[in-house]
Amino acid sequence: MSDPSLHLTDLSYFPGCSLESSARESNISLMEAAGILGLNLIELEDWNCCGSSSANILDKEIAFSLAVRNLSLAPAHRPLMAMCPRCLYHLREAHQRLAREPETLRAQERRWGRPISLDLKIIHFLEVLVRLGPARLHQGLVRNLNGLKFVPYYGCTLFRPPSLRQGTYYQGELGNVLTMLGGEPLTRALTHRCCGSFLSAARADVVTPLVNEILASAVAVGAECLVTSCAMCQLNLEIRCTWDPRLPVFHFSEILALALGAEDYEGWFTRHLVDPRPLLAARKLIA
Amino acid sequence: MNPPKAALKLWSADNRIVLAEQDRFLARDIQRLSGTNLNRCYHCRSCGNACPFIRGMDYPPNAIIRLVQYGLRRQALESHTIWICVGCHTCSVQCPMGIDIAAIMATLRRLALEEGAMIAETNILDFHREVLHSIKQYGRAHKLGIMLRYKARVHQWFADLDVGLRMLAKRKMDLKASRVQAIDEITRLFIPHWKR
Ligand code: SF4
Ligand code: SF4
Repeated sequence: MSDPSLHLTDLSYFPGCSLESSARESNISLMEAAGILGLNLIELEDWNCCGSSSANILDKEIAFSLAVRNLSLAPAHRPLMAMCPRCLYHLREAHQRLAREPETLRAQERRWGRPISLDLKIIHFLEVLVRLGPARLHQGLVRNLNGLKFVPYYGCTLFRPPSLRQGTYYQGELGNVLTMLGGEPLTRALTHRCCGSFLSAARADVVTPLVNEILASAVAVGAECLVTSCAMCQLNLEIRCTWDPRLPVFHFSEILALALGAEDYEGWFTRHLVDPRPLLAARKLIA
Repeated sequence: MNPPKAALKLWSADNRIVLAEQDRFLARDIQRLSGTNLNRCYHCRSCGNACPFIRGMDYPPNAIIRLVQYGLRRQALESHTIWICVGCHTCSVQCPMGIDIAAIMATLRRLALEEGAMIAETNILDFHREVLHSIKQYGRAHKLGIMLRYKARVHQWFADLDVGLRMLAKRKMDLKASRVQAIDEITRLFIPHWKR
C-alpha cells in the first residue's frame, strides 16, 4: 500500500450512493478540490452500491459480489479512490478475500466477464492528500482558515475495522491537513464515536442521545464546527441532533475546497440542515 | 418492536439456564463461522463499556458471548443486541484479547435469519430489507424510495415526518433514483443460480 511508485494524477473515483444523492455537496466540493490540486478524478464507469451494511447483514454473498463488480470495472493501472469510509471498507475487504481465495477470484472473473486485478490499489482520499504532501496544499492555499476551531470527526469506520488496519495508519491526518490550511483542531472531543449508522433510520430513539453527546463534547472543548470524512456521519449528526445551539457539520471536502479557493460554495451550504454560512461569514471566510 | 427491558437479562428469573436446552456445539459453530476465538474472552466487560449502543441492547456484548459459551442458542438468536449492533468495532478496539465481537454478532444474525428465529428488532430488519430491495432495483441505494417503502411496511407514516420533510426541502432525497446502466448484471445476483 505504501508503494512509492503509485502515480497520483489519474485516479478512478468511486462516489458511492450517499455522495451521489444526499451528500452531493461533498461530491461537488471534492471534485473541485481535486481539480485545484491537479488530480484527475475519473468516475468509475457504471459503478454500483459497494454492498452496504444492509446487504452485508442480509446476504453476505450478494454484498460481496456487489463490491466485486466495482472492482471488475476499475482499470488496474490507476488507483481506485473512495471518499465514503464504509465503501472503502467493503471494497477493500472484498479485494482481500479475492487475494486469499483464487477459486473465488476466477469465479467472479467469469461472472462479470472482466479481469480483476489483485494489484489494484484501493485508497481513501485522505491518503491521496497525505501522499501529495504539505507543499502542494500550501501552494493551493487561497483562504487561510484563520484559526477556525473544528473537531476532526472520523466516525467509527475510517481505518478502524480489522481489514483496514493493515498498511499505513492515517490516524489524525484529517486534523493535520486542515491545520496546514490554518484551522485549529480540537481533538479532545468524541472524535471516533460511531454516529449511529443505520439505527438512525429504524431506532432514532437510540441514536439521538448519542449524537447529542457527540455535539456536546464538541461544544465543551470550544469548537465552532465539526469536520467529518464520512457523508453518513454528516447526515446523522445533522438530522439527529436535538440540542441547541447546533454546530455546523462540514464535509471534509467542503472545508478543503473552500481553503483552496473554490467559489461556488453557496450551492453546497444551502443543502445543509444547519446553515454554516453565518459562522463562515463571521470568520470572514465567505462574503 | 419491544423496547428492551433491563440490561443484563442473564440474571433474570425467566432466563434460568435449562440444561436440556443447551446446545453443546454452539460455541464451536460460532467460532468456526465467525473466525473468532471466543474462548479467549475473560469477561472483563471492556466491550460493553465501549459500545455506544449499549443502552438499546438487552444483553451487553460480553453477555452474548456468555450465552454462546453456555450454549443458550435461543436466547442469543432472539436477543435485541445482535440487531442493535451496527458493527462499528468500537468494542474490538478496546478488547484486551483482540476478539472480533462484531463478527460474532454478524454470525448470530445470519443464523437467526437462516433458522427463522424470532427477530427481536423487526423494524431494523425491515429497514435492511428495503435497502436491499432498492439495490436490487437500481443497483444503488435510493434513499427516498427506501424510506417510503420502510414507512409503509412499519405503518409509521408520521414518526420522523419533520426530519423527512427537512431532508426533502434541502434536496437530500432525490425523487428520481440514480441507477446502474447494466442493471441485469445486478438483478441476476438476486436470482438463485438454478433459476438463471
Ligand atoms: S472486551 Fe474482550 S475479553 Fe473483555 S469481555 Fe469483551 S470480548 Fe471479553
Ligand atoms: S461493533 Fe456492535 S457491539 Fe461492538 S461497539 Fe459497535 S455496536 Fe457495540
